Amino acid sequence: MPKPEEARYTKTHEWIHPGAEIAVGISDHAQHEMGDVVFVELPKVGQKLEKEKPCAVVESVKSAFDIYSPVSGEVTAINDAVTGEPALLNQSPLDKGWMFKIKPANPSEADTLMDWNAYQEFVKQSAH
Amino acid sequence: MNCAPVVDNRLSIEKSDAGRRGLWCKNPLRAKAAIPANLRRKAAPRLPELSEFDVVRHYTRLSRLNFSVDTHFYPLGSCTMKYNPRFYEDAAALEGFAALHPLAHDNCAQGTLELIHDLSARLTELCGLDAITLQPAAGAHSEFTGLLLAKAYFENKGETRTEIICPDSAHGTNPATASMMGFNTVNIASKPDGRLDVEELKKHIGPKTAVLMLTMPNTLGIFESNIEAIAKAVHDAGALFYMDGANLNALIGMVKPGDFGVDMMHLNFHKTFSTPHGGGGPGAGAIVCGKHLAPFLPVPLVKKSGSGYVSDFGDKRSIGKVKAFFGNTGVLVRAYAYMLAHSTKELGEIAACAIINANYVRSLLKDLYPSYSSEYCMHECVLTPGPDLTAKGIKTLDVAKGLLDRGFHAPTIYFPNIVHEAIMIEPTETESKETLDEFVAAMKDIHAQGMAAPQTLKDAPVTQPVKRLDEVQAARQPNLRW
Repeated sequence: MPKPEEARYTKTHEWIHPGAEIAVGISDHAQHEMGDVVFVELPKVGQKLEKEKPCAVVESVKSAFDIYSPVSGEVTAINDAVTGEPALLNQSPLDKGWMFKIKPANPSEADTLMDWNAYQEFVKQSAH
Repeated sequence: MNCAPVVDNRLSIEKSDAGRRGLWCKNPLRAKAAIPANLRRKAAPRLPELSEFDVVRHYTRLSRLNFSVDTHFYPLGSCTMKYNPRFYEDAAALEGFAALHPLAHDNCAQGTLELIHDLSARLTELCGLDAITLQPAAGAHSEFTGLLLAKAYFENKGETRTEIICPDSAHGTNPATASMMGFNTVNIASKPDGRLDVEELKKHIGPKTAVLMLTMPNTLGIFESNIEAIAKAVHDAGALFYMDGANLNALIGMVKPGDFGVDMMHLNFHKTFSTPHGGGGPGAGAIVCGKHLAPFLPVPLVKKSGSGYVSDFGDKRSIGKVKAFFGNTGVLVRAYAYMLAHSTKELGEIAACAIINANYVRSLLKDLYPSYSSEYCMHECVLTPGPDLTAKGIKTLDVAKGLLDRGFHAPTIYFPNIVHEAIMIEPTETESKETLDEFVAAMKDIHAQGMAAPQTLKDAPVTQPVKRLDEVQAARQPNLRW
């Protein structure tokens, strides 16, 4: 799984690790803002996802949050560990807390997402 | 000697004492014989064994732990926890209404039918629309009914439309209703001023759009001042404009939503028309709509016939019933009594009081708890802990818990979720200036505590029967049975 600076990010705070199969999770900033995660609902293997459409749900003590698919494609794997132990999203958002993997319909889509520096700037901007 | 009161949190079953009874069945064998052997349970049920006095004391104690709008200020944003005068309960208890059998013939139900007819007329007039159903059991049920009307409307026109647009400042029930109805929800981000972005709306609206669901005023307590442009964009796309009227207590008697282009809207009687908050029910809601949607309304409706009133099973295009009979008519009686007690002008003054109260609290607190918007708000305001409290590690949750120690119900927190660390305060129109001043003083006191001794605020509440609850463990490992 990626180091923070190797991942790419969406404006809705998902991270992806580009490759033949794209791993998806929520950023450290996102888990921090959500607070303690208590429930995770993942898409199903084989499900077709559309870029920027809701595909999973993360519920914290504060609220429920939709997770938007960063790219279009098909789900190839899901991380069952996080449904059993939602706290993994807080403890290890970029590693043990990964949520699902997608085989992208169009691999170049991943390149349009923010890199680490751009994401940090985005987070800083949206705080105001 | 330590005389501190002992908090007894035992369940009734934990107080059980084998063989203790409140009532004795004189002849249990005869009762047993009346039940066929194959339906009798194999083992005795595990019920608390208590005396009548034990039970009275148990429930009286529980009732004294209850925190309600009848005992305390309850500024729960988005919920309108206001005082409902007891007089309306008397009206609903009148024998002619309360004892009416739901299957009674129209001839024997003239009073109730007249009430439904007149209430319908008054509400459609107040909303500036043409037709209404009073059948839905609540606000969200009204939304569902509204989307059923939209579906029937487009089917009747031979159009297939699959999308519902909801701004991110909508009530959560709006996208939930759209999903339940099988529509795809399109979410639109608000502008920085908290209003719907009309240009963004125009980008997303089109031939696939069935309905725009707009909460008005929205969950930020802001009036959508572009409402006419919004209505035009919706109608230009051939879609329907649905107004979530849950917050109508901010507008009632002052504007008619039909005038700014709404095709249909729902009413929540407990929020706007002084009927009890459900607590499980029964509740009542309504869908008010324009002529073009009227043929699809649920039946029966009530129409005037000669000198009396009759059930009207009218139009074959009706979506059918959404609730048995005429809905929860006991709630409608209370709403009707409220409307008879107030002229339209007075209803407008009530809305003005709701707005003034929210702005009073907002303006006194905005220096310590920055408001989401620098503008005046409508019936509720959204505040946040300021940078000074945040620097001390104080979160919205801590402020809410601090209020419990000061005798107030906590406001709605972390909603709307487009505002970071939101504190959503709705004082309602029925609170006095004295109560609001006490609340403001409590919020200022919490600020002072958070700045001087943040850890003590993180430990709040300390005066309640239970201390800070572990919400995380409760959600991750819920213990739902004894």
